[in-house]
Amino acid sequence: MLKTICKRLGLLVLTLLLVTALAFFAFSIIPGDPTDTILGLEATEQQVAALRAELGLDLPLPVRYFRWLGDFLRGDLGVSYNFDIPVTDLLAGRIAPTFTLTLMAAVLIVLFSIPLGLLAARYEGGWIDRILTVINQIAMSVPNFVMGISLVFLFGLVLHWFQPGGYVSPESGLGSYLWFMLFPSLAVALPKSAMTIKMLRGSVLTELTADYIRTAYSKGNSRASALWRHVLRNAMIPVVTFLATTIAELVAGSIVVEQVFAIPGLGQMLISSISNRDYPVVQAIIVLVAFVVVLCNFLADALYRVMDPRLKGR
Amino acid sequence: MKKRNWYLTFGSVLTACMLVFIALGFFWTPYDPGALSARDKLAEPSLQHLFGCDQLGRDVFSRTLNGAGNTLIIALAVLAVGFVFGLLIGALCGYYGGAVDATVMRVCDAITAFPSILLAMVVIAIIGPGTYNIIAALGILFIPSFARLVRGEFIKYRSRDFVHSARLAGVPAMRIIFVHILPNTWPVLLSGLTIGFNNAVLSEASMSFLGIGVGPADASLGRMLSEGQSSLFSAPWCTLFPALVVILLVLGVGMVGEGIRERIR
Amino acid sequence: MLLDIQNLSVVFHDQDAPFSAVKDVSLQVDKGEIVGIVGESGSGKSMIAHTIMGLIQRSACKISGKVLFDGTDLLTMDRETLRTYQGDELSIVFQEPMTSLNPTMKIGKQVEESLRIHTDLSREARRARALEAMELAELDDPASLYDKYPHELSGGMRQRVMIASALVQRPQLLIADEPTTALDVTIQAEILKTLKEINRKEGTAILFISHDLGVVRHLCQRVVVMQKGQIVEQGPADQVFFDPREDYTKRLIAARPTRRKLKGSVPHV
Repeated sequence: MLKTICKRLGLLVLTLLLVTALAFFAFSIIPGDPTDTILGLEATEQQVAALRAELGLDLPLPVRYFRWLGDFLRGDLGVSYNFDIPVTDLLAGRIAPTFTLTLMAAVLIVLFSIPLGLLAARYEGGWIDRILTVINQIAMSVPNFVMGISLVFLFGLVLHWFQPGGYVSPESGLGSYLWFMLFPSLAVALPKSAMTIKMLRGSVLTELTADYIRTAYSKGNSRASALWRHVLRNAMIPVVTFLATTIAELVAGSIVVEQVFAIPGLGQMLISSISNRDYPVVQAIIVLVAFVVVLCNFLADALYRVMDPRLKGR
Repeated sequence: MKKRNWYLTFGSVLTACMLVFIALGFFWTPYDPGALSARDKLAEPSLQHLFGCDQLGRDVFSRTLNGAGNTLIIALAVLAVGFVFGLLIGALCGYYGGAVDATVMRVCDAITAFPSILLAMVVIAIIGPGTYNIIAALGILFIPSFARLVRGEFIKYRSRDFVHSARLAGVPAMRIIFVHILPNTWPVLLSGLTIGFNNAVLSEASMSFLGIGVGPADASLGRMLSEGQSSLFSAPWCTLFPALVVILLVLGVGMVGEGIRERIR
Repeated sequence: MLLDIQNLSVVFHDQDAPFSAVKDVSLQVDKGEIVGIVGESGSGKSMIAHTIMGLIQRSACKISGKVLFDGTDLLTMDRETLRTYQGDELSIVFQEPMTSLNPTMKIGKQVEESLRIHTDLSREARRARALEAMELAELDDPASLYDKYPHELSGGMRQRVMIASALVQRPQLLIADEPTTALDVTIQAEILKTLKEINRKEGTAILFISHDLGVVRHLCQRVVVMQKGQIVEQGPADQVFFDPREDYTKRLIAARPTRRKLKGSVPHV
């Protein structure tokens, strides 16, 4: 058991190193020198050389990588070219909305898909199942930002349940903040929920034909209790894997949907930084997101191992 | 006992309709998609302007046709790049296995840890916007998922008897890979292609929605949706029609993929 | 009379032509008796077991006749009432020990599941009863098996777990549907011995289903021979084995590899 944990942790560190290395080297092949951006084109040779030494640009690439990684882990994400303030300060207030959005979307997906997936499987071929199948297939085809626009139209403009573009910060009331965030979360969650429902339904139906379900019935289980006590855990195993691979897309989805609802999160920062070529900010956001994704995948893998005893010790 | 495959039937019909519609835009649009007309600002859908006009008085129908065409070309090109390289890498890794395979798959894992749209945006930030750059950026990011799919299939087949006997008969490895094994994997690859196509369409639309996509001169569904947001309540048609085109295209292709998977079962 | 099956027929309609899996079968099992049903695969013997247990979908087929258990007809019962019998008075052990246990549930939980469904016993009481049942099924060291998962056990042990979970609520009738077919010959013999012991100690009636007449002869008092959904012969085990009246039974006996025949068939070198 301990050996497995160590092996997994080792793999986690390795993946994180690879991910950060990718992010670092991608930005080090950018044509043009950051000194040009900072000093302008009229800088003297000496000024450029001094700045290069100051920024550590004269060192070999691997050394720079580990320096950068060390700084990164200590919370020093560099200095924004555009605003000339530490990236850490720039991002500090922007992490919370994106994080809330992603987390709420993940919770909504679980809340929607487990009961509906079970329901569809429970009444396979019945009208609930058929309606869900049709809705699912359509919902899967709607891009999350289009879903967002539709929600703005319906709940914002027609029903006036929230003020479109009127972002509420958590400081001005947690309740109204969460209420506002509910709609973008829905936009991210709905298409993904459709996929998860479909996945869970298929997985439950496969499990229902298994021999151990016959055993469960022979002990006096009803269909509902056989589903709940026996099928759910087995059927969730592939679904957990699926959800883990979805986390990256949830983060990306949150960043896109932020634009629809004008939420001042990482997405807005990322897009303006990309247009302004503010590389340290872009790099920091990308690495941050990748860190979160890799960690979530690690946790999902751990959960998967807890759920499936056959994998213990492997 | 042949059950009718509704997914495949309905999906093919819908996809065919959408392709005909989009192909129409390559040869003919009722108006110049870029032509401004102050008189027709936010005009409602009518016989003159089937889908209405946007806030600059441009014909939404023409712009939708044009934008869908761009989206389609970009998606197909992305698919081609991702598929060809993914196929090569996946086939070789799956067939030979070993240390190279393990290393390549680790790198693929690392790449897929980044959300693909974000990564494409970063690539665009570095190499600049434009149609070809988008194709390159998305295409490269699609390679790992295809490689993984193909690799899985090749691992499945490489220990089968027909591969063993071909190897014993002295058939060269390249011939085994592409003539003996590859045809068996088509159904799975085809279904993977439909998923890839939809991801490419959605990625392109998302990126141009965010303003990090094709150059400002080209019409694009994503940008239309982003521009239409400001007049969402007064002129919903600016948003509705481009959105419908994306949804129906993705729906059609998605159902074809579902149909193929149902047939494999 | 514990189990009294009268004129049972099961007809499936899902194919183009209706298919009779069981045709007009009547058989009885007394309290504490071991009765064997023998026949080839497809003879309808497992179908009878599943019908008694209420494990076939009533919508997929037409069932006629009566299955009286302690005088009550199991066939006319609604699902709810039937469930109060399943795993309580009636229980079953299946052929496939490798797949019949839930892979993600601990052995102990599976053994005591019938208690959870049919009684209000406390967790500790259930555990005690489960360990007792595992003891009865002759599993070594039940306490350590209790927290294990099925994949950690061998096929023979898993079948004993199945037997323990079938016995935990002390049913009056245990149906054993080819319980040893998937196992090694030596393990098969041990499990048969265990079943016989259970019958002696607990007085549990057993309906033992097998394609092997020899196995049935050692275990059962009475034997029913089935072919194509019908009973062709029944009677005391020894009589059916040594003095079969029907050709089919004779062929079943002849098809069995006996020690003598094996010796003859091995060429001397």
